[in-house]
Amino acid sequence: MIVIGERINGMFVDVRGAIQSQDPEPIRDLARRQQAAGADYLDVNVGPAADDPVVAMQWLVATIREVSDLPLAIDTTRQAVMRAGLEAAGGKAMINSTTGEKKKLDVLMPMAAEFGVPIIALTISEQGVPRDANGRAEVALNILAAALEHGVMPDSILIDAVILPVSAQQENPGHVLETIRQTKMLSDPAPKTVIGLSNVSQNALYRELINRTCLTMALGAGLDAAIVDCLDDELMDAMITAELLLNHQVYSADYLKAYRASHG
Amino acid sequence: MSETFAMPVEQWSGSVLEVQIGATAEQGGTRGRTVTVGGAATLPFLQYEGNPGARPAIAFEVLDRPRESWAEALEKVYGDVKNDAAAWAQKCEQEFGADLICLRLEGANPDELDRSPTECTAIAKQVAAAVTVPLIIWGCGNAEKDNNIWPELSPALAGERVVLASATEDNYRTIAACCLADKHICLTEAPLDINIQKQVNILVSEMGVKPQDMIQYQTTGALGYGIEYAYSIYERSRLAALDGDAMLRFPMLSVVGAEAWKTKEATAGPEEVPEWGDLERRGILWEAATATTLLPGGTDILVMWHPTAAQMVRAVLDELTGA
Repeated sequence: MIVIGERINGMFVDVRGAIQSQDPEPIRDLARRQQAAGADYLDVNVGPAADDPVVAMQWLVATIREVSDLPLAIDTTRQAVMRAGLEAAGGKAMINSTTGEKKKLDVLMPMAAEFGVPIIALTISEQGVPRDANGRAEVALNILAAALEHGVMPDSILIDAVILPVSAQQENPGHVLETIRQTKMLSDPAPKTVIGLSNVSQNALYRELINRTCLTMALGAGLDAAIVDCLDDELMDAMITAELLLNHQVYSADYLKAYRASHG
Repeated sequence: MSETFAMPVEQWSGSVLEVQIGATAEQGGTRGRTVTVGGAATLPFLQYEGNPGARPAIAFEVLDRPRESWAEALEKVYGDVKNDAAAWAQKCEQEFGADLICLRLEGANPDELDRSPTECTAIAKQVAAAVTVPLIIWGCGNAEKDNNIWPELSPALAGERVVLASATEDNYRTIAACCLADKHICLTEAPLDINIQKQVNILVSEMGVKPQDMIQYQTTGALGYGIEYAYSIYERSRLAALDGDAMLRFPMLSVVGAEAWKTKEATAGPEEVPEWGDLERRGILWEAATATTLLPGGTDILVMWHPTAAQMVRAVLDELTGA
């Protein structure tokens, strides 16, 4: 599974504080620890509090680059911030994210082609989040059509079926799992699939248990990537074990250690 | 609209490690030359896809005492040197162009000659002095005995980057420690089982042996004796390495000669099976066919016996690599 580490996000108090005081050490520390924990990408989000989000993004990327060469998932809804992040990341990046709305696709797909990077696309249309899997698959198809139009290959697209908190929308995870299955059949090569995992457990008591159970179920449905808290060791153990059971990794008695030796 | 067809090219995230066998005087050894194996970033012989890695090396096997019975074809080649491992090794290098010499200390086995670690060390040193190419040295297969041999033999060849064989799941500590202490390469062995191979690799890594000092070995079956199973294990191992599995990315060795020449097809004479044709030619072909079948599986070192079979394999390699 492609592990996208979620922790460098201005929504978290420590990151927000580091951005405001221009203190690089907490950012470097998060980059190092996430890389050691097995992250394949580091998500970078300046959050809502930054005075100048373009400058904040440039500073975050430069600070991460002092300690890590991992590709970065530039996480913003603002076009100028996205471009600044992609430029600063020097090509090793992905776009997080577009939606299926035309005005976004028209801007972000050309950007994905220009930088030659993968792009996460949420199955959200002008009408919002479709209620079920069929509606999401329809949005995903529109996204794929827009990608092809701009010369972006389907396997550079990561379809995000928008997982919502189970505490509020209990039928939602089932629709997301079904969307993951359907997405793999939309084209050949198939687009990849991704979820922003931690959202599923918002406002729940057993957050970590819900997260890791949901992740293993999604992997069973064919999930390729997830934005996760990779510093959660039990989550990573569950993910590695699911990968093993899906025959994505060769078994050995110490398969956890073997996986970690290969990643990070 | 016109488009040209482009051959699809597979992209891999990982590659096989490069391992240098042997060390020259500047590098702390005494070898006249070294052999680097591995390095492939794609499946074997698909040069158009990426770095095919080093050309597979051919090692000639040398025994520390003559076999009681072996094929007439081998007697013809090695009869004059079979009682002298150093002369045997020298013949393989000078007459047959061996890339590596693989010395097997069969005589140390308590059920055979029960040679002492001191005697084994002396033989290994004589062989090392007789040739300029790098060495692979195999114990006798008796774990207890081998664990007495390595602590004496290994320091006597310190710095030579000899491949010491072999570490198994049940017996790896002594040999791994000797490789660490004396700068040798550790051969990790598994019984045609990719899971156990990975486990032995983890265990040896945890002892502190560096990845570039490890080569892996799955017990090989000859043509007609489980070779398809060996092939599929090799291939799966190579695919895992290309997919970035750090614990399976080591170059692979296969034992061809010893396996091929113990088959019925290589030893049964015309009085037993007249319809099988000339025995000598049959044995040589059996060894060559076993070797060439394993090549596309991704083997990096072939340990062979008969020089004519080795010559046939070189010709196949020339063709497959476009040399």
